[in-house]
Amino acid sequence: MDTSTATFPQNVKRALADSQLQHAMTETGPRFISKRSKAREALPEFDALRDQARDIKDHVLAYLDLYLERYEEKVVAAGGKVHWAATAEEARAAILGICQRVKARTVTKGKSMISEEIDLNHHFEANGITPVETDLGEYLIQLRKERPSHIIAPAVHLTRDQVEADFRKAHTHLDPKRDLSEIPALVEEARQVLRQKYFDADVGVTGANFLVAETGTSIIVTNEGNGDLTQILPKVHVVIASIEKIVPTLEDASTILRVLARSATGQDFSNYTTLSTGPKRPGDLDGPEEYHVVILDNGRSDVLGTEFQDMLRCIRCGACLNHCPVYQAVGGHAYGGVYPGPIGSVVTPALVGIEKAKHLPNASTFCGRCEEVCPMRIPLPRMLRAWREKEFEKHLQPQAMRTGLGLWAFLAKRPKLYQMVTRLAARVLHNRGHGTGRMSSLPLASGWTQCRDFPAPQGKTFQQMWKERRK
Amino acid sequence: MTQTSPRVGLFVTCLVDLIRPSIGFAAVKLLEDAGCIVEVPEVQTCCGQPAFNSGDRKTAADLARNVIAAFKGYDHVVAPSGSCGGMIVKHYPELFAEGSVDHAAAVDLAARSHELVSFLTRVMKVTAVDAKFPAKATYHDSCSGLRELGIRNEPRQLLASVEGVTLKEMTDAEVCCGFGGTFCVKYPGISDKMLEKKLKHIAASGADTLIAGDLGCLMNMAGKLKREGSHIRVRHVAEVLAGDSATPPLAEAE
Ligand code: SF4
Repeated sequence: MDTSTATFPQNVKRALADSQLQHAMTETGPRFISKRSKAREALPEFDALRDQARDIKDHVLAYLDLYLERYEEKVVAAGGKVHWAATAEEARAAILGICQRVKARTVTKGKSMISEEIDLNHHFEANGITPVETDLGEYLIQLRKERPSHIIAPAVHLTRDQVEADFRKAHTHLDPKRDLSEIPALVEEARQVLRQKYFDADVGVTGANFLVAETGTSIIVTNEGNGDLTQILPKVHVVIASIEKIVPTLEDASTILRVLARSATGQDFSNYTTLSTGPKRPGDLDGPEEYHVVILDNGRSDVLGTEFQDMLRCIRCGACLNHCPVYQAVGGHAYGGVYPGPIGSVVTPALVGIEKAKHLPNASTFCGRCEEVCPMRIPLPRMLRAWREKEFEKHLQPQAMRTGLGLWAFLAKRPKLYQMVTRLAARVLHNRGHGTGRMSSLPLASGWTQCRDFPAPQGKTFQQMWKERRK
Repeated sequence: MTQTSPRVGLFVTCLVDLIRPSIGFAAVKLLEDAGCIVEVPEVQTCCGQPAFNSGDRKTAADLARNVIAAFKGYDHVVAPSGSCGGMIVKHYPELFAEGSVDHAAAVDLAARSHELVSFLTRVMKVTAVDAKFPAKATYHDSCSGLRELGIRNEPRQLLASVEGVTLKEMTDAEVCCGFGGTFCVKYPGISDKMLEKKLKHIAASGADTLIAGDLGCLMNMAGKLKREGSHIRVRHVAEVLAGDSATPPLAEAE
């Protein structure tokens, strides 16, 4: 997987200087937050549902092998086929194999983060197959040859003006006078273009929000209905999903669905919740002739039983991104991986290694807002800290920081010495303030003083004054 | 003072000790006014959070053991900080294996430890303070106090009882100011962006005084306010509750 995660600091610089990005982020960020909060207030049992949702996934993860087997049996019984993929390469090969067998030339695609994770579109293109993204956001990203910057709103980093300009560039038939300033007009325009593509496509690829073990059903939720057309019209439907998407029953899926859309977009339910089980049966009016499910592991089973297992409860709702002040400051592309935001900072090190991704767990103030809103109650700060522990164990931190912390720890463990040093520091730093109460530069502290003054100490330490007072 | 006066060990916090002792003295006053006997163990340094958040569990555990030993026997341990309070209350027990002697001691300390304002309201049942402080104030909720210890109404309730204080809520009072310990020096650009948003909301509130319960966050916000020439004064909640308007505000001339 191609990633610019290692250059996070440079990515951040670029993002902070990108005025269009900054504009787009301030437009959308607050909207997601207020919608979720309204949806939550309107449902008194919301927090209780979160507990249930967490328990369902914890149970599944404890018996994952059993549920996966059960799921495969049911898919086969319904006339479908399951392909197990341990790695991204295996998943790509399985999907390409299916497409080549049916001599596919174009493939329509519903929104899928797993497709991003295995970089499926490039693989299609490299093999002479044209992928067509049908979700409006993904469609835009494809036009721009970018990666999604958000799990559920792939084009959230774009302003309306940018979107309109991209449309006009790609859709040259457009009447320049046609008003494209509102989202519905854009969706309509994309639909016009996509309509024929749905019929022309040989294979439809969708992701899955859930795989239901009891029935062998895959479930997707969308707001544009594009997923339905993607999976019903072509002759072959391929579902790609990762192992942790399993839930035991339809009942369990509905429980989690009740927190999913509310957390994601603040809707009670997404506009379309689509269930598919196997290919078209005799007597069915429509549906694909072949139904395949490619189930990806890609390192997830290694996470089971570790301190990182809870990340597998994630339902990719995006709430942690929307509420993260760091994500809101830099946008999703700065993270450089497939999954941005708090959950991305937990998942990416597992996918690409902490060596490459060491910045991500560090780029957090541990403000805890992500955990506060996560519908699956994933302890994101705890896991970010656990990654920092790995980083520390592997000696990956910058030398200056290690030395600084080492010195501080040495002193902090020796109260007498510590108090001598702090007394001296309080006086020296106080004097550096020259009576102004602050200083605009400080040796070794440019990280602080480049954007703010450093408040000068009052001159004596508390311990010192306390002792004097007691005399 | 009656015989039932609780014995409170003040956990000064390393920042208050070094940068702004007046917060510590304000805390002592508030605790004594509430009927506590306050002592300050001399051997305390830092709660260990910087090590803990840098992935150095061993150092964090060593420092936690020091704090546990230093505060043995006190009825309560109180810190004028939600961040250090959160470290002791929520994270100390995580540092040791369950069933170990250290773990039991950490759990015991956690149960006796509190952030200052919530200690006053929840344990000492203080509902108002006897203080004067002229300020149109806006209160920033520091993250650890808010999300780890659930402190939200307590400071507002007590601030409202101070003669001369009017409270003006800012938008997004609960959003992080961008301090985050070492975060603010490791990623100054992101921190600055977060600060910029925070300062916009502070200014829009119309307040002349910014109050919070954690010195780290206050230093961060005061640092940028002053860099930009703002006249908004920055104070720790304890100073206002203790009526200490004589001490110059944070980052301002004597
Ligand atoms: S970690 Fe939680 S909040 Fe973030 S995307 Fe996953 S389920 Fe949603």
